[in-house]
Amino acid sequence: MAYTVVGKSVNKVDAIAKVTGKAKYTDDFHERDMLVGKILHSPHAHAIIKSIDVSLARALPGVEAVLTYKDLPRINYATSLPGYVDDGTETECEAECESDRIKFSTAGHPYSLDPGHRDVEDRHILTKKARFVGDDIAAVVATDELIAEKALQLIKVEYEVLEALTSTDAALKEGAPLIHEEHEGNILASGGFAIGDVEEAFKESDYVFEGEYETSIVQHCHMENQTSYAYIDSDGRIVIVTSTQIPQIVRRVVAQSLGLPWGRVRVIKPFVGGGFGNKQDVCIEPLNAAMTIAVGGRPVKIELSREESMVDTRTRHAFKFKIKTGINQDGKLIGIHISAVSNTGAYASHGHSIAGSAGGKFRYLYPTKALKYDPITVYTNLPVAGAMRGYGCPQIFYAFESHLEDIAKRLNMDPIEIRRKNLVEVGYVDPVSKNKITSCGIRECIDKGKALIKWDEKKASYKEQRGNKLRGLGMACFSYASGTYPVALELAGARIVLNQDGSVQLQIGATDTGQGSDTVFGQMVAEVLGLPMEMVHVISTQDTDISPFDTGCYASRQTYVSGMAVEKAALEVKGKILEFAARMTDIPVDKLELVEQRIIYKHSGESVLTLEQVAMQSYYDRVHAKPITSDSSNNARINAIPFGVTFTEVEVDIKTGKIEVLEIYNVHDSGTIVNPLMAEGQVHGGVSMGIGYALSEQLTFDAVTGKAQNNNLLDYKLPTIMDTPDIGVAFVETYEPTGPFGVKSLGEPPTITPAPAIRNAVLDATGVAFNRLPMNPQRVFEGFKKVGLI
Amino acid sequence: MYNITGYYEADTLAEATALLAEKPKLELIAGGTDVLIKMHGKAEDTELFSLRKIKSLEIIRKAEDGTIVIGAMATFARVFKDPIIREMIPILTEAAISMGGPQIRNIATIGGNVCSGATSGDSASSLFALNARLKILNSLGERLVPIQEFYLGPGKVALKPGDILTEIRISPEDYQGFGGHYIKFAMREAMDIATLGVAVTCKLQGNIFDEIRIGLGVAGPTPLRCLEAEEFAKGKDISVETVAEIGKLAVRSTKARTSWRASKEYREHLVEELVQRGLKIALVNAGGAELV
Ligand SMILES: Cc1cc2nc3c(=O)[nH]c(=O)nc-3n(C[C@H](O)[C@H](O)[C@H](O)COP(=O)(O)OP(=O)(O)OC[C@H]3O[C@@H](n4cnc5c(N)ncnc54)[C@H](O)[C@@H]3O)c2cc1C
Repeated sequence: MAYTVVGKSVNKVDAIAKVTGKAKYTDDFHERDMLVGKILHSPHAHAIIKSIDVSLARALPGVEAVLTYKDLPRINYATSLPGYVDDGTETECEAECESDRIKFSTAGHPYSLDPGHRDVEDRHILTKKARFVGDDIAAVVATDELIAEKALQLIKVEYEVLEALTSTDAALKEGAPLIHEEHEGNILASGGFAIGDVEEAFKESDYVFEGEYETSIVQHCHMENQTSYAYIDSDGRIVIVTSTQIPQIVRRVVAQSLGLPWGRVRVIKPFVGGGFGNKQDVCIEPLNAAMTIAVGGRPVKIELSREESMVDTRTRHAFKFKIKTGINQDGKLIGIHISAVSNTGAYASHGHSIAGSAGGKFRYLYPTKALKYDPITVYTNLPVAGAMRGYGCPQIFYAFESHLEDIAKRLNMDPIEIRRKNLVEVGYVDPVSKNKITSCGIRECIDKGKALIKWDEKKASYKEQRGNKLRGLGMACFSYASGTYPVALELAGARIVLNQDGSVQLQIGATDTGQGSDTVFGQMVAEVLGLPMEMVHVISTQDTDISPFDTGCYASRQTYVSGMAVEKAALEVKGKILEFAARMTDIPVDKLELVEQRIIYKHSGESVLTLEQVAMQSYYDRVHAKPITSDSSNNARINAIPFGVTFTEVEVDIKTGKIEVLEIYNVHDSGTIVNPLMAEGQVHGGVSMGIGYALSEQLTFDAVTGKAQNNNLLDYKLPTIMDTPDIGVAFVETYEPTGPFGVKSLGEPPTITPAPAIRNAVLDATGVAFNRLPMNPQRVFEGFKKVGLI
Repeated sequence: MYNITGYYEADTLAEATALLAEKPKLELIAGGTDVLIKMHGKAEDTELFSLRKIKSLEIIRKAEDGTIVIGAMATFARVFKDPIIREMIPILTEAAISMGGPQIRNIATIGGNVCSGATSGDSASSLFALNARLKILNSLGERLVPIQEFYLGPGKVALKPGDILTEIRISPEDYQGFGGHYIKFAMREAMDIATLGVAVTCKLQGNIFDEIRIGLGVAGPTPLRCLEAEEFAKGKDISVETVAEIGKLAVRSTKARTSWRASKEYREHLVEELVQRGLKIALVNAGGAELV
């Protein structure tokens, strides 16, 4: 398809604002006399508060409020704002009792009208029972940070310390203490799906292989930590300015957590410095709202430190997989059985959805006669796992693509051939989701990646390697989705206003958190309306009072799902412009077209009016004036499946256990690429995240106390630019018929398969299979030692 | 959040020592890249005393007797760029560039690195291998302390209240005729502390080792020297076998332990391996032939 703006690397609409410092982030806004909120975190992984004495903290000059679970609203509590401040009428028992306080869920999913589909509500704003080191126990509001910090130290808490369950094995052990009373055996949820009869399939298969794989807990490390401030406005409503991916959901969850009508909360999202899924969760805003209520609506700010952000917000679920696969002599997969144990930490957050998404998105890649997926999601006394780029897929594809590589090796088959034999094709309908594959470029992606890395040439030349530095090649494929349909609602909104000069404002409900969705939407509008980019003014801020409704930034959904709403809004404006022009000229509307800010005769291209003339008339015609706008909403009840592959070459220093990625290519079928330069940037970021996942990143915890050992950027080995090789990016541009302008998703996919590709390359180089992430030098050393390489 | 309750400066060393004598509780601050991290998030009152105005402390020079004198306030960027160090003791140039990232190197000082007392300090292993001596000044006078005697334990150094480190001194007999090499083994190529720091210097005589020195960081609670291996090397043929034996012997001087960062076994393995790698490069830098 030929487009004029879509497909061009136009500048990011906010690039100049960002590099000149003009773009305003949450911390750039100030309210007069802003107070500071600080949180007292639990030093114990599992403990019940026996008593809590805040009198000294309250008495400290400059302290405006101290909150504990006792100060939080009770269920069915209904009051008008401001405040639910203790009226002193409750009995001691009521005051001490946590069970009647409101519980809520924090996951950034759209609300579900079906109670059975809602997220698990297992959380209080402040807790009486600490479930991980870092759990929120009490909070202080003070006139400055230092006073708040001192006040925290004056809070006296007496804990009854319980056994800390710091692994899923410990949590699942018979007789283990319960982290949440309602969850027998510490199991949050279980259940996957089964296609066909996997046991029968194993019987039919020539070979059956088994393998076990394990991934680690990692953290998003977005540049901007969680930060927000809240106040009560002149209308008595709580206003929260926050660094979030999901303003509409923050609004709902804050209201739910405090028992308030939803309309009483307003959420504003300014520029955001990254989220990667961690801000698809409502972490600090409910407490921030409670704080401002406690001080009569005065503005209060919460700014998490890096150390807090790394353990007190969300992490990536660690998974343990057991995979059993039946395969025929010729490499055809017959049956696959994947069992998974997902570690969700102390609270549900996104909970079992991550395990569900992993299995769901994996299903598209290698359709087999029989596929059984049995995941369970387990509570432990570790930080809470939530959404993180790839949403379960980096985990499952690491496991399966490693497993398939092992099978290829055992069958002495070419790893690329074994995959080709089993890849999905256009027209395939997933039996569970009923989503249909309407475009598929995975084979071409493989061809491209293979050529880029010079696979055959290098494979041949590395056959006879010796010495202490060995090289190898690896690859791994993936499938993903472009949104969450049919699992969740995919509603998006866009609004366009035509200005007098023929330029437009575009408002969207979807949030740009750095990935560039604002630019892509601007390009779509420019394309439809024939405008240059500088005449499309994209409003970057989302404000739940003002912006159209959209569920938020997650699931790689925006270009595809929100793009549909944007295209719809633009087409509506275009239609209105032509109708207005028709009325002005008496030329039938179907004879007119809009190009380059002119209304022309379709047949001859002759100019009839300028866009500006139409726009001016739409505002000022004494009879017909009616500004041209659109306000569209789109409920996308469809999905599109993107594909791709990572190819890599590594060099392994056998003596030190260090793995160096020499080359890496990440090739995507994401349908039409709307902005190649931004798409490339997206892939760079995703691959570097994948390399960290493979080689160095892992949050580690003391096995006894559950305390994080490395919740800072020195000890948590996020790769620097010096550790990141040049990242090769390529696209196979299919045309996705269900997407706006033929697009599919690209946001998360780059992160999915660097880890298994690197793992497979290490296997190729050394013959040693690393089935546990990360493959850091210590682990690699142990692995080599075990097989006698060292 | 920093609870800085006071901030002092001095223009000269004399002023500085006088002020310190009067207020021995002042916390000295050079680049602040350790001190401020330690203070971060702590509510205790701290009064800082900055040495940054004392420009004489930044100078790097070669004294008449050939002693290289590095001012305590020389930043790592300055150490890295300094032509004298690059020519005479390039092992310190290597150590300097391995440290932190550009921003940190622009502010962090070599004196602060030593005074922090970290076994992982990137200058430490090289300064050990160079037999550096530290000049320490207080209101009563000055003294010279060999670096081996300066490190007392993790984060503990031989400084008393009122002391200021003014110079790091390296005598000509400790660098002339030596070749050296520093290996920083870390999990990242920048912005990381060493898992192991290996500084090797050596002097050759024809085909034999005249003298070698091995300084290690993170092989024990303080930086250390591998004296047994050094002793063994004296007068030995330069060969792969000798180097391998030196690697083995070096492990004996270490006091590595298992932590969540790395196991003792792995650390010791790294000592053996990296001492050999370091020595192989150092001997080429000392004019020897490459060992294959
Ligand atoms: C992001 C980051 C990365 C880092 N990377 C590395 C690295 O790769 N390698 C490494 O070794 N270190 C690293 N560090 C640690 C630190 O930067 C170094 O130890 C640095 O050399 C400290 O110097 P400074 O001038 O900042 O010292 P300061 O923090 O100012 O002082 C450190 C200590 O020494 C005392 N002190 C300073 N100067 C004197 C003096 N002249 N006399 C007496 N006492 C004195 C101070 O009182 C204080 O106790 C890093 C730090 C950060 C924040």
